[in-house]
Amino acid sequence: MNEVCVVTVGLAGVVAALLGGALPASSRVVAAVTFTWVSCAAALWAAVSVLSSDHVIALSSTAILPLTGVTVVLNPLGALFVVAIAVVAMASTLYWLGYASHGLATRSASSALPLFVTSMLLVPFAASVATFLVLWEMMALTSLVLVLTDQSRREAARSAAQWYAVMTHAGAAAILLALVLLSAHSGGQTFADIEAHARHLSGALRGTIFVIALLGFGSKAGAVPLHVWLPKAHAEAPGPASALMSGAMVNLGIYGILLVGNELLGGGPVWWWLLVSVLGVVSALYGALYAATSSDLKRLLAYSTADNMGLVMIAIGASGLFAASGHPMTAAVAMVAALLLMLNHSVFKGALFLAAGAVQVATGTRDLDRLGGLMRRMPVTGAVFLVGALSVAALPPFNGFVGEWLLFQGLLHGLPTSNTSVVISVSVAVAALALTGGLTVAAFVKATGIGFLGRPRSNEATDAHEVAITMRLGAGALAVLCLVLGLVPMLVLPAIERAAAGAGRINATSATRGWISLHLLGLRGVLAPSLLAGGMALAALAVIAVRRLAHHRRSWPAVNPVEPWGSGRKVQTARMQYTATSFAEPLQRVFDDVIRPSRDLDVSHLVESRYYIERIAYRTSNDDVIERQFYRPFIAGVRWWGQRARWFQNGSVHRYLAYGFVALVIVLVVVA
Amino acid sequence: MNLAHVLTQVLEALVQVAAVAVGGPLLLGLMRKVRARLEGRVGAPIHQPLLDLRKLLAKQRMRPRESSWVFGAGPVVLVATAVAVAAISPLATTHPPLGQSTDFFAVVFVLLLGSVALALSALDTGTAFGGMGSSRSMTIGALCEPALLVAILAMAIAARTSNLPALVRDGLAHPAVIASPARILALASFLVVILAESGRLPVDNPSTHLELTMIHEALVLEYSGPDLGLIVVGESMRLVFLLGLLVNLLVPWGVADRPGAWAFGAGLLALAAKVAVVGVAIAVFEVFTAKMRLFRLPELLAGGFVLALLGAVTAVVR
Repeated sequence: MNEVCVVTVGLAGVVAALLGGALPASSRVVAAVTFTWVSCAAALWAAVSVLSSDHVIALSSTAILPLTGVTVVLNPLGALFVVAIAVVAMASTLYWLGYASHGLATRSASSALPLFVTSMLLVPFAASVATFLVLWEMMALTSLVLVLTDQSRREAARSAAQWYAVMTHAGAAAILLALVLLSAHSGGQTFADIEAHARHLSGALRGTIFVIALLGFGSKAGAVPLHVWLPKAHAEAPGPASALMSGAMVNLGIYGILLVGNELLGGGPVWWWLLVSVLGVVSALYGALYAATSSDLKRLLAYSTADNMGLVMIAIGASGLFAASGHPMTAAVAMVAALLLMLNHSVFKGALFLAAGAVQVATGTRDLDRLGGLMRRMPVTGAVFLVGALSVAALPPFNGFVGEWLLFQGLLHGLPTSNTSVVISVSVAVAALALTGGLTVAAFVKATGIGFLGRPRSNEATDAHEVAITMRLGAGALAVLCLVLGLVPMLVLPAIERAAAGAGRINATSATRGWISLHLLGLRGVLAPSLLAGGMALAALAVIAVRRLAHHRRSWPAVNPVEPWGSGRKVQTARMQYTATSFAEPLQRVFDDVIRPSRDLDVSHLVESRYYIERIAYRTSNDDVIERQFYRPFIAGVRWWGQRARWFQNGSVHRYLAYGFVALVIVLVVVA
Repeated sequence: MNLAHVLTQVLEALVQVAAVAVGGPLLLGLMRKVRARLEGRVGAPIHQPLLDLRKLLAKQRMRPRESSWVFGAGPVVLVATAVAVAAISPLATTHPPLGQSTDFFAVVFVLLLGSVALALSALDTGTAFGGMGSSRSMTIGALCEPALLVAILAMAIAARTSNLPALVRDGLAHPAVIASPARILALASFLVVILAESGRLPVDNPSTHLELTMIHEALVLEYSGPDLGLIVVGESMRLVFLLGLLVNLLVPWGVADRPGAWAFGAGLLALAAKVAVVGVAIAVFEVFTAKMRLFRLPELLAGGFVLALLGAVTAVVR
């Protein structure tokens, strides 16, 4: 049965892509979505059966890929990632039904999207170097097509696709190098062969392979400084594609790190995990800081993805550190935290990106400074975004909180038992984690408050209407899941523990227990998310009742809408409100030295007298400082080399013949 | 677990919540009285905030014309979060209801939910003041977070748990824990955070309405009537709650460690006395302190953070 499921995943995906490319516009999206759902359902079935029974699915065939064949194995770790991807994919494709009429019903998009979903679903199944790389590349190419969807209308989409193509292929090259090195030294290209041999390799080689793989997979996960493509591509991709990229694809970067670090290489020394933690800390802080200061809704979400992947990497690093220093209990808690954070992130970031896509459909803009007042005009989308924002801010009773709590517990119980270098790095990690948390809260209060509350700041926002029912359903389902996972994380914890046991090579299968309250086994830590939420709900009901009672027997209306206080002005306009830029100004000023925004002040005076000002123009932009300071000079350098190289390749046939002659002479000299 | 036990627990929770809810406004009144006396005024009676509340609750509710449901939900969430944490925290007794799951991190994040609700409702007013207050309070909140969480971590590392009742019991059973540098540094940092989060001097001046400097007052400027009353209750409950935690972690003596109504009552009285002393101390401090500039605040909060980090490090290498 499970083996049939695996085949169904691939077949249904291919059928969906073919139908999406072949059918007429009226039916192609429906057909593509239907078969993508079949593919997702089959993948979910296989993953759930692996997660609930520990029974590993294994298949291999030499007929599909020539020379190497295909090897497929699904273990609990891969299965967990499949679940996360399938959930986001089902919601996003449902949402796609409504979104399609907004420029996502072309042949290319309708066949690329199902293929993208299928290749993502299958990456965790891959169990040989060739299978893995083919699926990985397919995922990259299909998502690239999706980023390019809007390229005829938006110049930015083309540039984003270029960045994405270069970064993802540089990453793929690194991954290729690492995996090829591994298989060359272990005499086989299936992961089972590699696993059997890799632990006997020299420490230096293992370290090199790990670092190369970390760079490759880190760029997919949006680890700073390899994140530059993320705010561009995730922002420019159309709604469902951006949700898939941010909610599902980045996870596979994390999967890759766990795959190479823990499964193939079988764990490593302290410095590996220190490196992962440092990368995580930098990503988390940098992502949170830019999310807090950015005023483009989807760019903000993309930076927050870098931030969240940073948190996951901190947890993975901590788990590795504790495991390497011989504390399996805390290592297990940290690994469970990492996987829970990953799963939660998929759910809430999927919801947020789908809601942001709905906003873009309804208003035609992502610029927070032109939004506002959407909570009244788009109540469902607004509520979805609010739930997602509270989840990403790690506030109870939503799902983000449970993951962060577990991470804190892991760090707090792991710290006293570690050696000094670990202690100092983990303390810094906790501080970074805390600052990240604070900045994330500010970022999402800004996104929700400026984007959805208050008065509309533009005509487009004033005229916004709620989006199609399928879009609301797709996004709403993920928002409901945020609440459910926040109240009863125990629903997924047993599965996560199975996966963590595989990922961390630790005995994590009983790290937690309990249904109403969550107990950490062997450690003193208890959390009762549902009781906490129940208490808050009861208290809220009581408060509302008190407020009602105060009105009892009064003749006036319950709430009287009035003009807000304007310091004596009669009329207040929407332009007097705070904008996203002004909201972030204090934080931007505090962190001025880090993000170095460029400011430009133009004052033009009247011709008659320079004491009178005709016009003042103030421009500020906070483009990515790493992109500006590192990537731009690098690109300029490459371009400079390209210009120089044109001297060699100037189109003259005589010169090319001369090159051939010189090369021949050199070869003859060398050979002789 | 028998019925009588459950009923006792529920009753204790209700009494604790009621004590915090009534004690909050009274503490505000007391602090205002102390300030007035030190400034040479007579000042309003201590129970004046309660009288104000009665007046506010009888008024009509108003909301800005273009606001959404979020505006009305803000004060409710603020009070609900304060009530939820007050019910399950070790304030009068070290065995509060559901005390086993009263985690310090959870408590802090629940309170943060209240602040976020208020910041969102301020933005919902669609005015410059709302945005100003929201932006400033979120900035301060973001910068407080490292100090707060590392302070909790420092205490939790020393006790090997972040369970709040366990932390208080630890201090009661081993007074040496309280005198340890980890606990003292962490609590100093915690105090800085409390002052910042509850909008006291030197972070925010609770008694002015000056546009250029106000933070908290700007946040709640559009509220009136019962909603404003809820906000006053919620904010003062948070202050009493946080100060109650602080004193119980610093001087746990007096808190009820045994079951029984008498012990509980004595614990309640001890809590009131300890919180009143700290409240008076803060009021005296406020008389002699000027408000800091908004952009000097990061220095203060960074100071708090450094204290907490030192605490954490000493807790580990002890």
